Amino acid sequence: MEEWLRFLEINAPRILELTLDHAILVTLAIIVALLIGVPLGIYLTTNEYLAGTVLQVASVTLTIPSIALFGVMIPIFSIINQGIGFLPAFVALVLYSQLPIIRNTYTAIKNVNPEMRDAAIGMGMKTSQRLLRVEIPNALPVIMAGVRTAVVLNIGIGVIAAYIGAGGLGVLITQGISRGDNYLIISGSLAVALLAIIADAILLFIQKRFTTKGIAN
Amino acid sequence: MNTKKLIGNSFRFFIYGMVLLFFIWAIKNQYFSYIFSETGTFFVLLRQHLELVLVSSIFAILIAVPAGILITRPKFRKAEWLVTNIVNFGQTIPSLAVLALMISVLGIGFQTAVFALFIYSILPIFRNTVAGLDTIDKNLIDAAKGMGMKPHQILFRIELPNAAYSILAGIRTAVVLNIGTAALAYVVGGGGLGVWIFTGIQLFDNGFLISGAIPVTLMAILADYLLRKLEYVLVPKGSRRVAKA
Amino acid sequence: MITFNHVTKRYNEEKTAVKDLNFTVEKGNIVVLLGPSGCGKTTLLRMVNRLESISEGNIVINEQDSMDLNAIELRRKVGYVIQSNGLFPNMTIEENVMIVPDLLGWTKKEKRERFDYLMKLIGLDPKIYRKRFPHELSGGQQQRIGVVRALAADPPVMLMDEPFGALDPIIREKIQDEFLQIQREVKKTILFVSHDIDEAIKMGDKIVLLRDGEIMQYDTPSEMLTHPKNEFVSQFFGKDRAIKSLSLHTVKNLQEVIGLAHIDDAIEDTKTINVNQDLRNTISMLLNQEADQVIVTDDQGERIGSITIDLVQKYLHFEIKGKLSVSQEG
Repeated sequence: MEEWLRFLEINAPRILELTLDHAILVTLAIIVALLIGVPLGIYLTTNEYLAGTVLQVASVTLTIPSIALFGVMIPIFSIINQGIGFLPAFVALVLYSQLPIIRNTYTAIKNVNPEMRDAAIGMGMKTSQRLLRVEIPNALPVIMAGVRTAVVLNIGIGVIAAYIGAGGLGVLITQGISRGDNYLIISGSLAVALLAIIADAILLFIQKRFTTKGIAN
Repeated sequence: MNTKKLIGNSFRFFIYGMVLLFFIWAIKNQYFSYIFSETGTFFVLLRQHLELVLVSSIFAILIAVPAGILITRPKFRKAEWLVTNIVNFGQTIPSLAVLALMISVLGIGFQTAVFALFIYSILPIFRNTVAGLDTIDKNLIDAAKGMGMKPHQILFRIELPNAAYSILAGIRTAVVLNIGTAALAYVVGGGGLGVWIFTGIQLFDNGFLISGAIPVTLMAILADYLLRKLEYVLVPKGSRRVAKA
Repeated sequence: MITFNHVTKRYNEEKTAVKDLNFTVEKGNIVVLLGPSGCGKTTLLRMVNRLESISEGNIVINEQDSMDLNAIELRRKVGYVIQSNGLFPNMTIEENVMIVPDLLGWTKKEKRERFDYLMKLIGLDPKIYRKRFPHELSGGQQQRIGVVRALAADPPVMLMDEPFGALDPIIREKIQDEFLQIQREVKKTILFVSHDIDEAIKMGDKIVLLRDGEIMQYDTPSEMLTHPKNEFVSQFFGKDRAIKSLSLHTVKNLQEVIGLAHIDDAIEDTKTINVNQDLRNTISMLLNQEADQVIVTDDQGERIGSITIDLVQKYLHFEIKGKLSVSQEG
C-alpha cells in the first residue's frame, strides 16, 4: 500500500495528463463519428440499397483487429507522412465507431411508430421538422446506446494506439511491459477502466436528461 | 427509386474499388513479399496464431457456458447481479493489460498468452449465455414445468435451444475479438502473426506490417463469416425469428 | 374428479391468497374459477399441479392425494393451458403437441396417430401443420395448438388459465364454441380460470366465484344469475344479468316451452339459425337485420319454424323473469 502511495505521488500528474490525452482522442473521434454516422444513419432509412451495403461494410470494419488496422494504416498514412501518431489512431477510432452509431440510428429511426410518422405528416410537418421534433427525440435513447457502445469500445482500442505513438493511457501499459513494472500496468489499466465507466455514466446521464419524459420508459 | 439504387451500387463499387486499389498498391510495392520469401516463418506464425485462438476459445467456451447456465439457476440467482457487475467491469479492462498482467503470474511465453486470451474470452460468452437464458419468456418455463418436464429437460429442450442464438453470437464475438487480441500475444512472447506487425512498427517496415496485418484481418473476417453460417445451421428454425426481434 | 379439502395458501403471516376452500369438480365437468384480479383464482389453479405449494389442506384428484405423487408425475397426468399459449418457438407444431407423450415414452407411430387425431379435432390439417413452427401460425391457431397440446396424453384432468384471454373477441367466441364441441367428445374434468363473466357463463357447468381467496358462491351459471347468494354475487354479474342469462338458453329450449312461430314467406331477406344456437346470438341476429324473423333450422338443415323478438320476450317472461322475480321477492 505504501509503495502504491509513493508510486502515485510521483506519477499522478502524468497519469492525469495521459488520461486527458486519451479522453481528448476518444472525444474528438466520437464527435466526428457522430457528425458522419447520425446523418448517414438517417439517410439510410430512405435508401434500402445503400443501407445494406453500408451496414455490411461497417460490420466488417468492426471485425478487423485494431492492431491489424493500425498495421494497415501506417503504410497508407506514410504516403502523406503521417504514418505514426495522432491521425491514424483518430481515423481508426472514427471507423470503429461507425457501426454502432449508424446501425443504432438506422434501426431507431426505422422503428419509430409509423402511425406517429403519419400523424406528423398529416399535421403538415416538413421532413426536417418531422425529423427534429418527432423522429430523433423518439429515437434518441437507442442512438445514445450506440454512442455509449462506441465510446467504451474506443477507450479500449485507444490503448493499442499507444503502439503507433498516439499517446494516451496505453503508454503506461506499454512502458510497464517493457520495464516489467506492474505498477504502471495496473495503474494504466485501472485508469482505462475508470475512464470507460465514468464516460458511460456521463453519457447515460446526458441521455436521460435529453430524453423526454414521455418516452423515458 | 433509381437514383437510390445508383447511389447504393456506386457506394458498393467504391468500396470494392478501394479494397482492390489497396491490394494493387500493396502488391506493387511488394508489401506481401515476406509471405513468399519467408514462407516457413509465416506458416509457423500462422499456426501459432491459430493455436492461441483455438485453445483459449475452446477452454473459454467450456467454462463460460456452464458458468452462465449455473448462475441463472434459481439457487444462484441472488449472486447474478454481483457476477454480472464483475463481468461488466472486467470487460472495461484493456486486453493488453490482461496480457501484461499475466506475465508477472506465469512469466513469458505461449501458455501465458493462451491463459490471458482464455480469461478475456470468458466475458462475452458468459454475458451472452446469461442474457440468452434470461430473456426466455417465463411463460415458456411455466408451461414446461406445468407439463411435467424435469429441470434438465427444461434446460436442454427449451432453454438452451431458445438461447442458442445469443450464446453462439457471444462465442462469435469472443472468437473474433480473440483473433485480434492474439495479435498482441507478441508482447508476452506468445508468438503469432502479431510478431510481424510489431516488427513492422518497430522497424518502420511496411512489408512486415502488411504481411502480418492482412492475414490477421482476413482470419477475423473469415471466422466471423463461418461462425455466422454455423449459427444459421445450429439455431432452431423457429427460434431464429424470435432471436432477431 | 377434483376435490378441494380445506385448501389454504399462505405466503406469510399477513398475506393469505386462498382461504380454506372446499368444493368438488365433478368428473367430466368444466368448473370456472371466476373473480376479480387478485382473488386467488390463478394461485388456486396452480396449486392443483403443484406449481404453487399447498399451505394447508389437500387436493384429491381422482381419489389420489396430489401430494402422494411426485410433482413431475402429477403434472404429466394433468393437462395445462396458459393464456400466452406457451408454445416452444424452437419446436415444430408436432413436437410441441407431442411433448408429454414424448416424455412418457410413446412410440413414434403412437405419437403420429395421436397428433393426426388431435389436429383433426381442431380442424387443422395435420399434414400442413406438422413441420410448421409456432410463429408461422395465427394467434387463434396457436391457442388451439396450446389446447390440444394439453390434451395430447389424454389426461383425465385439465387446468386452463385464461386460455382464450389474449384473443380478440370474434376469434375467442369461435374457439370457445369449438372447445365446447371437443369437450362433448373428450369429457375431461376441467378447472378453468377466467375473469370474463360471459366466458364463465358460456363455458362453465359450474362457476366458483372467488373474492379475496374465499368462495362467494359455487353454483351452476343459471342459478348464480337467478339466485345470487349475496350482494357481491349479484353486483358482480351486474344489472344486465337477465340479458346475460340469454346465452344459457337455446332456441330449442324456447321451442320446447312456447313453440316456434310459423315461417312468413312474405318477409324477404331472412337469415337462418341453427336450433342449438343460444338466444343471445338469436337476438343480436334479429337486431342486425331488416326482417322481423329469423328462420330456425334443425341439425339436418330442415326449416322448422321462425323466431321473432316478441317470441324471445315472451320466453324471457316465462322462464327468466319469472325466476328472477321469485329470487328478488325471496
